[in-house]
Amino acid sequence: MSAHAIDHVEDHHDDHGHHHKETFVTKYIFSTDHKMISKQYLITGLFMGIIGIAMSILFRLQLAWPDVEFTIYEVLLGKWGEGGVMDPNVYLALVTIHGTIMVFFVLTAGLSGTFSNLLIPLQIGARDMASGFLNMISYWLFFLSSIIMVMSLFVEAGPASAGWTIYPPLSALPQAIPGSGAGMTLWLVSMAIFIASSLLGSLNYIVTVLNLRTKGMSMTRLPLTIWAFFVTAIIGVVSFPVLFSAALMLIMDRSFGTSFFLSDIYIAGEVLHNQGGSPVLFEHLFWFLGHPEVYIVILPAMGMVSEIMATNARKPIFGYRAMVASILAIAFLSTIVWGHHMFISGMNPFLGSVFTFTTLLIAIPSAVKSFNWITTIWRGNLQMNTGMLFSIGFVSTFITGGLTGIILGDSALDINVHDTYFVVAHFHLVMGISALYGLFAGVYHWFPKMFQGRMLNKNLGYVHFWVTVIGAYGVFFPMHFIGMAGLPRRYYTNTAFPYFDDLTDVNVVITIFAIITAAAQLVFLYNFIHSMFHGKKGPKNPWKSTTLEWTAEVKHIHGNWDGPIPHVYRWSYDYSKLNKDETDYVIPGQDYIPQHIPLQENEEEMNH
Amino acid sequence: MTAFLVVLVIILFGVAIWQMSKIFQLSQPKQTDSSEIANDKDNNINGWLMMGFTIFTYLLLAICFWKWWDVLLPEAASEHGSEIDSLMYVSMVLIFVVGFFTLWLLGSFSLKYRGREGQRATFFADNDKLEFIWTIIPVIVLAGLIIYGLFTWTDIMNVNDEDDPMIVELYAYQFDWRARYSGEDNTLGEANVRLIEGVNQLGVDASDPNAQDDIVVNELHLPVGRKIIFKMRSQDVLHSAYMPHFRAQMNCVPGMITQFSFTPTITTAEMRMNDEMVAKVRKINNIRKENSKALVAKGDEPLEPYEFDYMLLCNKICGASHYNMQMKIVVDTPEEYAAWIKEQPTLAEALKK
Repeated sequence: MSAHAIDHVEDHHDDHGHHHKETFVTKYIFSTDHKMISKQYLITGLFMGIIGIAMSILFRLQLAWPDVEFTIYEVLLGKWGEGGVMDPNVYLALVTIHGTIMVFFVLTAGLSGTFSNLLIPLQIGARDMASGFLNMISYWLFFLSSIIMVMSLFVEAGPASAGWTIYPPLSALPQAIPGSGAGMTLWLVSMAIFIASSLLGSLNYIVTVLNLRTKGMSMTRLPLTIWAFFVTAIIGVVSFPVLFSAALMLIMDRSFGTSFFLSDIYIAGEVLHNQGGSPVLFEHLFWFLGHPEVYIVILPAMGMVSEIMATNARKPIFGYRAMVASILAIAFLSTIVWGHHMFISGMNPFLGSVFTFTTLLIAIPSAVKSFNWITTIWRGNLQMNTGMLFSIGFVSTFITGGLTGIILGDSALDINVHDTYFVVAHFHLVMGISALYGLFAGVYHWFPKMFQGRMLNKNLGYVHFWVTVIGAYGVFFPMHFIGMAGLPRRYYTNTAFPYFDDLTDVNVVITIFAIITAAAQLVFLYNFIHSMFHGKKGPKNPWKSTTLEWTAEVKHIHGNWDGPIPHVYRWSYDYSKLNKDETDYVIPGQDYIPQHIPLQENEEEMNH
Repeated sequence: MTAFLVVLVIILFGVAIWQMSKIFQLSQPKQTDSSEIANDKDNNINGWLMMGFTIFTYLLLAICFWKWWDVLLPEAASEHGSEIDSLMYVSMVLIFVVGFFTLWLLGSFSLKYRGREGQRATFFADNDKLEFIWTIIPVIVLAGLIIYGLFTWTDIMNVNDEDDPMIVELYAYQFDWRARYSGEDNTLGEANVRLIEGVNQLGVDASDPNAQDDIVVNELHLPVGRKIIFKMRSQDVLHSAYMPHFRAQMNCVPGMITQFSFTPTITTAEMRMNDEMVAKVRKINNIRKENSKALVAKGDEPLEPYEFDYMLLCNKICGASHYNMQMKIVVDTPEEYAAWIKEQPTLAEALKK
């Protein structure tokens, strides 16, 4: 390490002296600059998020007041909401598209796409991604898939409505549900393009992290954000192609008469010719992506929370190596637990035992991470910036949502709560809400980096945070109860079962909280748009952070650093490090040492 | 009207928040520190709020339990169901202890170590012993839970011929259920969707000798104390046979036969007398009475009073009427059951008609 300290050789070939003229199109539309692409991802993701959340409010209204006529249905749903009564098919379409949009378009592309793009080059000290062109293609494929997904809402027979898991035969047969016609075709096309986009992005992230780290930036000096993005990209590359193959086979079953997933079906008065396929095969293929997918969603959030928490606690992240090891352990385990979605699918019960075992193992690295976060804030000097609040909120929902996973991962217990609202409550807390908190934490924290030093208004941020966290628990805590009461999910109304009549007021409470929480997001939206143009400019390194992105130019230039790329001499968590005599910080009066500062004489060397 | 009100409430809520933030902003213009970075005052307020948030979480949970304890499922009505319930109980206790403890740490640390000018954070980067402890404790606890869970699971899923089980087929289609009893020979006749024709709705092979005494019904009657093996089939798309009171569920998959087995232990009549159930049904009927008033005022029929029955629900999204795909289950005494089954026509009789 000290060997680097004297090493100040400038590498000239990194110097970008030339700046070619940029037009509006190359700067804002077909940009190959990672910072612009990250903003494109974020804004597209937020736009999709608005659609997804609006849909959830519509079906929450239906669930709380199934007998009431809402004109808003007719306004927004047209012929499927005639007279203010929601059509049962469109209810299923709403939950399907809500799930698809939130999981893939908001929490995969909007979260990982935004922050991997923004932070990987900036935090590892690179001028841009390994391939700026592929990066641009990746965004535009994502944009195209978003357009197709939104377009599918307007087809004659309605959008895909077989649930976001699109299990065949329901998703394969238009006779079974109208949404499985053109709507489902568009869904599959959109997802196929999405997967291509995700693969191009992931490969780029992996190559960039492996090859473009600046001098001195060893893997063990990487901020945890980068570790998380790196491993996320690997999981994506391993699992997304499997979903692609499943989608391809489903397309063939639907359009070309194959029988991968169909067998012995009598529908609409006739026997189908399909013989020998198995819907369980589809479930295996789907969840081989589907389960890693939830870690694709949550790992970037975990990485960002680790980084933001350490910065704002003015302390190193506790147990850096354990944090990295647990990311790797979670990534590995995530690819061998998919069967816990299928305990009662009809697969061999012995497989159920194996998957219970692997699933509950994942609780161990998750517990290590939670304890390490809690220890990180222990004896800190917590700066309650909005990013920090959302990070603490993340740990809270990750714990409350993760713990119920112990029940769902246990095959014996899963029998009775499978596909009930208990599951809905569990995964919304542990991956939906937690990942959203990670997204918000990242936006509040790195907003100055995205918008040239402008910062989000903190008081609006506090209002946004507090209403959101209270509202989110108000939605999902009661939801566990209706799940344990035996209420299945994806029911258009519960009035067909008088037995569930006493759950009506729980549903009303949930819906009211959902509306309040959604309204709080308007505060964020206003803050976001307003601050983009009129936000106060802060200092270059507003959070007094150690990582390299804050040494880059505030003004966005192609290549990030005007001069040579900084070299790195230490890990990214030297917060509140004291000098050898413990009289003051290593740099007197400054409680952090940025990564590009060489090792000082009065400090002890660490193992990084 | 209601829609309008809801929209109005949302708009007013937005306005209120906007105004609140204005007040926030107006109340602090004189401060020299007008940056968007948290100052000691923000740290102080939010530190306290974080502690309050932990307490809010506890309170919310307490209120949920207090208000909605009675919506939860009553005691299990099957033999294996009580095993599941005790495993659930153990897991829940564990979850509550861990959740209570960790959320407390999160809230209290946020308050105790909230940022103050001049406060020095402790440089604490690693501690192998601590990390070992909180790795090994989850390992041990989860090992226990895994073993307990797996024993329960294998026990439940081990479908075998011990104790002279009765074979019943559950047949799912959009959007209803049928049950096929195997009759006196306790063997189901062969069936295939290609044989569906007219009254032979389940596609049973009429030439199979085993099929002759099969009995197809649309209300499931089970004798108490007799082990039942359910063989599930689906005609069109995936369905899931969910019987929450028996802690039983299995998907019905077109192209294959899935199975689940349990022994009912409480008859419908006994369950109706169960204290919890009596209270629950009373509550439901009060709600229904209230709702009926509104219906009658509109000129509609009032709702019928509710009487408890076990039910079979579809629990895998299967199309427009997924929400209403149900079958009544009645658990009889063996005598009642024998009398009921005698009344039902066999397949041979039904096809002859």
